[in-house]
Amino acid sequence: MQQRSLWTVFSVLVIATAVACGGGEDSNDSTESAPAAAAAATVDPATAGNLSGMVMFEGELPAAEELMMNSDPVCAMNATNTMSGTYVGSDGHLGNVFVYVKEGLDGYSFPEPTEPVRLNQEGCRYTPHVLGVRVGQTLQIVNSDPTLHNIHATPAANAEFNMGQPVQGMEFEQSFDQVEVMVPFKCDVHGWMNSYLGVLDHPYFAVTAQDGMFDISTLPPGDYVIEAWHEALGTQTQNVTVTTGGTAEVSFTFTIPS
Amino acid sequence: MTWLHWYARLLCVATLLLIVAGGMVTSTGAGLSVPDWPNTYDYFMFAFPLSKMVGGIFYEHGHRMIASIVGMLTIGLTVWLYRREPRQWVRRLGFIALGAVILQGTLGGITVLYFLPTAISVSHAGLAQIFFCLIVSLALFTSAGWRNIQELHRHEPVRRDAVIVRLATALPALVYIQILVGATMRHSGAGLAIPDFPLVFGGLVPSTWNFSIAIHYAHRLGALATAVLILATLGHLVAHHRERRDLLHPAWALVALVIVQIGLGGWTVLSQRAAIVNTAHVAVGATVLATALVLGLRINRHRFPDAQPLKHKPKPDGLTETSALSAGLA
Repeated sequence: MQQRSLWTVFSVLVIATAVACGGGEDSNDSTESAPAAAAAATVDPATAGNLSGMVMFEGELPAAEELMMNSDPVCAMNATNTMSGTYVGSDGHLGNVFVYVKEGLDGYSFPEPTEPVRLNQEGCRYTPHVLGVRVGQTLQIVNSDPTLHNIHATPAANAEFNMGQPVQGMEFEQSFDQVEVMVPFKCDVHGWMNSYLGVLDHPYFAVTAQDGMFDISTLPPGDYVIEAWHEALGTQTQNVTVTTGGTAEVSFTFTIPS
Repeated sequence: MTWLHWYARLLCVATLLLIVAGGMVTSTGAGLSVPDWPNTYDYFMFAFPLSKMVGGIFYEHGHRMIASIVGMLTIGLTVWLYRREPRQWVRRLGFIALGAVILQGTLGGITVLYFLPTAISVSHAGLAQIFFCLIVSLALFTSAGWRNIQELHRHEPVRRDAVIVRLATALPALVYIQILVGATMRHSGAGLAIPDFPLVFGGLVPSTWNFSIAIHYAHRLGALATAVLILATLGHLVAHHRERRDLLHPAWALVALVIVQIGLGGWTVLSQRAAIVNTAHVAVGATVLATALVLGLRINRHRFPDAQPLKHKPKPDGLTETSALSAGLA
């Protein structure tokens, strides 16, 4: 009888473990699904226009955080840039902002990209820190460091993956089949390494340089919603009209959220 | 048998160390720093170079190495029990512990390969505590104090005290549930859902609710309930069983541990989940559970098969069943 009680106690504990399991998955409202069908119209460069602009920051840009790389001696010795890529810019201009056409391209189809986009792990950082690819385009991920990295993508709409690259020079290729702004990348070995990838079904996107400038060329004439995304400051959108042969200008100004 | 008891104690320490190592993996966010399993970056686990144990790999691969040692020690314990332990139910417990550690390793692998799903990670954390309880129980069951059945008559007042039996039986169950709630909070990223301590958004009850806040608040209420139950158990022991030092010592230890544990819980929040503080909270939680379990088992000593009255079954050598057991354990 007592023996049976003992087994019952342990059985209850095991069942309690199983029953207690559960939890919330994080939701990500910044993702979108791909348009259901490709359109027939193509862009005529002769009638296209351009979009250029600037992303600014109001107030004093937070100081870039120094990354502590001493958990890996190879990183600590070889890194040439130990500053975080979150806040980049000067004189009120903001870099590493992903700017893209969010709406207005329905009915167009675009040539398939043939060149891969490269994401490099160099100096125990991702280069570039923010980048974009097309749906289906090859993303070439390279380890240029004499230490090992894992590449862990945590998308919401696309498939999550986590790959190891233990040897310098290793590379592998990956592609994404869903539109998603943005797909975060991280290295779980080196907790400071992160990067963001925008996946779009058209070629009209850019990442601002340190001077906050961006250019998007060969846009068909029309009305568009342009979105600017920053990893810490969120998103902003603006409406813009592009005319044949013209260059529409748009600017965004971010502030620290209250 | 004494050596067997000390071996079981060693395994208790190794298991607690394993829980600490696992806690550091979660606290440092290193759970996926080794993407493959059971290999490590395509190396056979034990052949992975020490020089490559950098960053998050130090914690994740270190956790796997300690787990392997605990697994091997558990095999040793199970074999030892099987060959030397006369009590069948203790031998069976050894096999259950072996099954638990194998399942635990498999859960650890699954949670890595499937990118740390909350349900699997919480199961991994919960089974770790069950395995720890099994090893602690085996250490207790093989101890000289437990095997000293000549002293069982001293247990009569406790056996007849329904209040202390209920308190001490409920306590480890409550602590275990509290640990599961904490693990769910931790693995669902709700550790800072309530950012202040000891207050809750400046008051006593959250003004807004979602899953994260609810699970976090439940963990705080659970801590309060655990502390009350521990104090009630101690109070009852002091009032009615003052002569039982083997019960009073773990009860006093529980009071000290729960104070430290609540302090560490608050510090975890206020330090924004500093890895070492957070892990210490996990480790002390496991220690509270183990101590509550030892107290509960000692108070329920009369329920175990080797504590039953003499059955006077003649053995071939003329000894009774119980006295044969005593002779075998001496």
